Amino acid sequence: MRITCPICGERDRREFHYQGAAVALDRPAPDAGAESWDDYLHNRENPAGPTRELWHHEAGCGAWLVVTRDTVTHEMQGSELASALQEADS
Amino acid sequence: MRLTGGGLIDRGKVMRFTFDGRSYEGVGGDTLASALLANDIRLVGRSFKYHRPRGVMTAGSEEPNALVTVGRGGQQEPNLRATMLELHEGLAARSQNAWPSLDWDLLALNDAFAPFLGAGFYYKTFMWPRAFWERVYEPIIRRAAGLGALSGAHNTDTYEKAHAHCDLLVIGAGPAGLMAAREAARAGADVIVVDEDNRPGGRLNAETEEVDGKPGYLWAQELVAELVAMGNVRLMTRTTVTGVYDQGSFGALERLPAEVAARPGAPRECFWRIATRRAVLAAGSLERPVAFAGNDRPGIMMAGAVRAYVNRWAVAPGRCVAVFGNNDDAHRTAADLMAAGVHVAALIDSRPDARSDLDLPFYAGARVCGSSGRKGLEAVDIELALGRREKIRVDCLAVSGGWNPSVHLACHMGGRPEWSDDIAGFVPRDDMVPGMAVAGASAGAMSTHACLKSGVEAARTTLSELGIKMPDKAPALPQADDAPYRITPLWQVHGKGRAWLDFQNDVTVKDVAQAARENFRSVEHMKRYTTQGMAPDQGKNSNVGALAVLADATGRSIPQTGTTTFRPPYVPVPIAAMGAGAQGQGFAPRRLTTSHAASQSMDAPMIEVGLWYRPSYFPRAGETSWRQSCDREVAHVREAVGIADVSTLGKIDIQGADAAQFLDFVYTNTFSTLKAGRVRYGLMLREDGHVMDDGTTARLGQDHFVMTTTTAAAGQVMRHLEFVHQCLCPGLDVSMISVTEQWAQFAVAGPKSRDLLNGVLDAPVDAERFPFMGCGEVTLGDVEARLFRISFSGEHAYEIAVPARYGESLFRLLVARAEEMGGGAYGMEALNVLRLEKGLLTHAELHGRTTAFDIGMERMISAKKDCIGKAAAARPGLTDPDRERLVGLKPVGAVKQLTAGAHLFGEADAATRENDQGYVTSVGFSPTLGHFAGLGFLKRGPERHGEVIRMVDHLRGIEALCEVTAPAFFDPDGGRARD
Repeated sequence: MRITCPICGERDRREFHYQGAAVALDRPAPDAGAESWDDYLHNRENPAGPTRELWHHEAGCGAWLVVTRDTVTHEMQGSELASALQEADS
Repeated sequence: MRLTGGGLIDRGKVMRFTFDGRSYEGVGGDTLASALLANDIRLVGRSFKYHRPRGVMTAGSEEPNALVTVGRGGQQEPNLRATMLELHEGLAARSQNAWPSLDWDLLALNDAFAPFLGAGFYYKTFMWPRAFWERVYEPIIRRAAGLGALSGAHNTDTYEKAHAHCDLLVIGAGPAGLMAAREAARAGADVIVVDEDNRPGGRLNAETEEVDGKPGYLWAQELVAELVAMGNVRLMTRTTVTGVYDQGSFGALERLPAEVAARPGAPRECFWRIATRRAVLAAGSLERPVAFAGNDRPGIMMAGAVRAYVNRWAVAPGRCVAVFGNNDDAHRTAADLMAAGVHVAALIDSRPDARSDLDLPFYAGARVCGSSGRKGLEAVDIELALGRREKIRVDCLAVSGGWNPSVHLACHMGGRPEWSDDIAGFVPRDDMVPGMAVAGASAGAMSTHACLKSGVEAARTTLSELGIKMPDKAPALPQADDAPYRITPLWQVHGKGRAWLDFQNDVTVKDVAQAARENFRSVEHMKRYTTQGMAPDQGKNSNVGALAVLADATGRSIPQTGTTTFRPPYVPVPIAAMGAGAQGQGFAPRRLTTSHAASQSMDAPMIEVGLWYRPSYFPRAGETSWRQSCDREVAHVREAVGIADVSTLGKIDIQGADAAQFLDFVYTNTFSTLKAGRVRYGLMLREDGHVMDDGTTARLGQDHFVMTTTTAAAGQVMRHLEFVHQCLCPGLDVSMISVTEQWAQFAVAGPKSRDLLNGVLDAPVDAERFPFMGCGEVTLGDVEARLFRISFSGEHAYEIAVPARYGESLFRLLVARAEEMGGGAYGMEALNVLRLEKGLLTHAELHGRTTAFDIGMERMISAKKDCIGKAAAARPGLTDPDRERLVGLKPVGAVKQLTAGAHLFGEADAATRENDQGYVTSVGFSPTLGHFAGLGFLKRGPERHGEVIRMVDHLRGIEALCEVTAPAFFDPDGGRARD
């Protein structure tokens, strides 16, 4: 499996650490309530198809990426810097 | 028998080899299989289950029968295919699965019991008594069945793994692959051509046909030379692509020739990971047998293999040969044998309308229905069109049931091939593997001309996808044979006697039919029930035949029946190759501190802490146990001064205008209020409210912090900090980097620590400049160091950090000074006792399931700000007073020993799971207190100080009564560290 890092280019997946769904980007407000926090921390979809997930280019530049990947075809559909996405959001 | 002329062999290079201890000769270019056949050795192995005599059947990696063992002891390698084993001087090969000898195999008795050993026999036979399965039946079956054996010795051979990258990977260097490679190379692409043979050319090396007006093998040889000279083509022979993975990743196994592997340090095999933008699969096709009674006798071979032995190796596999087929290709075998001067006794074609111009006995519409001979073929029985039978005396039968395109690699991503009636075989569908085109016989192109053409086309499609420019018009194709391939499927010849489908796993037509009768109708069920296709050859010869028989038995068509799943690896890959370099010490990287050599010179036993190696204790003359050394080292720290290397703790340099704000967010407590020149203990949670790590962070300047983490969690914390910054607060002006290996850091601990430092530092330190939890820069001559007044022992203590290159000399200096002052170095054992006496925590307590509340630090979660884990830590379940919470434990009964991992129970309760009250995490004997001290987690622990409970270690059989105490046993108000 190969992952494209927006900074370093396409790399072997062994350079990356997998973190899980990109849901982790949407941290609820401290007072959002137990249900929101529960969803944020624990509840995950198990999609057959495109999924957004977090990968850390740990053995490379250290960037956190949001990688869009199809769990059915294993196709890599894109990767973006998590920081760029978050800054654009805020 | 070696033919007098022809062949792509070097007759001048004679090589001696042994097979089962007997000596033979072969020539340059031989495989073990061709050399054995040249020496008229037909019996080369015994079959898996029935121990039937078996001979060489194919000339490639699909060989099911001719498996041999080479080497002894740690170099013993079983299940090598004689067809792939290049002959070399001194090769010593042994047959397998026979006892006491290949010729006289006692377990051949199994063959007589064959009626009882059919499909699923051991599911049915060995049911009773149940206890017999493990002790009696299974060991017997395991000994009787199977292929070659491992030696049990440590593998002493060298293996390697390597990576390669290219624009285009061409799998197979036959006519299709070579044309694809040429087209791509001429357009300037970086090309890797991989072929499992030692000689590129594919089938052209085994045929007599011409390409471009010259012998096919010569055309291939010249083209390969041209490609290699171009500079952008890498040719990898003896390399089998074993698996296809995502995003253009391929696994490949390279076997190095014996003369290379014999060089000192050279590997025997190399496992390649190839990353490519595009691939062309041109792996050719595999000939399939026909199932008829007794079709497994040595001497019965694939027709294409017979041609290969005659044409490439100048070996006649028999003196009197019959050819049996259902397609035109079989006729070529007869023609080639005759041209080579081998007597062909019959050409038997199952198609009633078949024609032949060859001058030999020709039987159209006839079938081979049986064979005879003791340890090799002596005669075949044929059934003529009108039902009459005839016996023909032959010592070799060349069989062709047609050709199966090698679709395996195209199917590794989960795609299923489709059935083609034209060639009676499965062919790949489009786009089964993204970025891979299939060409040549793998794609169902059955003539050389068609292969050349499809190779060019595959390359052109691929290159245009890559945006590589090429001439508008494809170059003219070399002249080549374009005879049509005509086939009328014939899978089995019905009749009495066992007809083999899977030779390597001993599966017959009857077994498959029985599976169908017992309702194992799905091809996947049939496979598992009969074990067809499950041997090392993965059914390369048998899969299509078996499912055709299953289709017949279940009244379905072949496409309806479908194929089993193709999975990597295509050929067996030694684990030694895949894990090359990871044996012994190579299993994990070793991280050594700068004081490693110094510690070893003091005879300190090293223990592993994660990847680090740290000294356990420093024995002195007269000390006979680790406890004596540890007790002394503890006393050094409590009474004088001790030195410990603490460089393994994670050190993260954090800088930026918002660094303090960032730390406020990742730590539960506040760091923005910390003054420069001061250090603070910090507690870090995971977002789910559990403790991730703890440590001290020093503020070196307004915008500059250095964080320490525990040794175990250094990597995790670094990743976490990057996550929090980049993903949760990317707007903050903060940067961080791990500096763990850049700084060597030593604890200088004990009442005499300041005196010691003042003897080595340029300027003395005092309480004013370095109060408890103070930090700052100091110098030792030219060396700029950082000094932190922090304590993990509870004593007046410092940690001094110097650039790593000075670590060793500083350690030696500090230890020497400490020894002069009545102290010395201390190791992990003493470090652990010292912190236990103080009730300080490590990852034995911060084990991932404990909360700030559990460890008594809930008040460290600041109410004034948000932090990672704060919301979750407030959930009722994580602050339930009934939770198991941190306590100290002190033995008060007759048993004075505590053990980590033991569980805690009420004094009067039975030690059962229902009564479990908690567990012990750390213990140690405290020489300071004179008794064992333990830390553990106990339900409502903090409310139960003074209570006596029972510790039970079921594993070690130890029980002790303990008093529940506060975690800090020694100097609970911390005065010693502050003074």
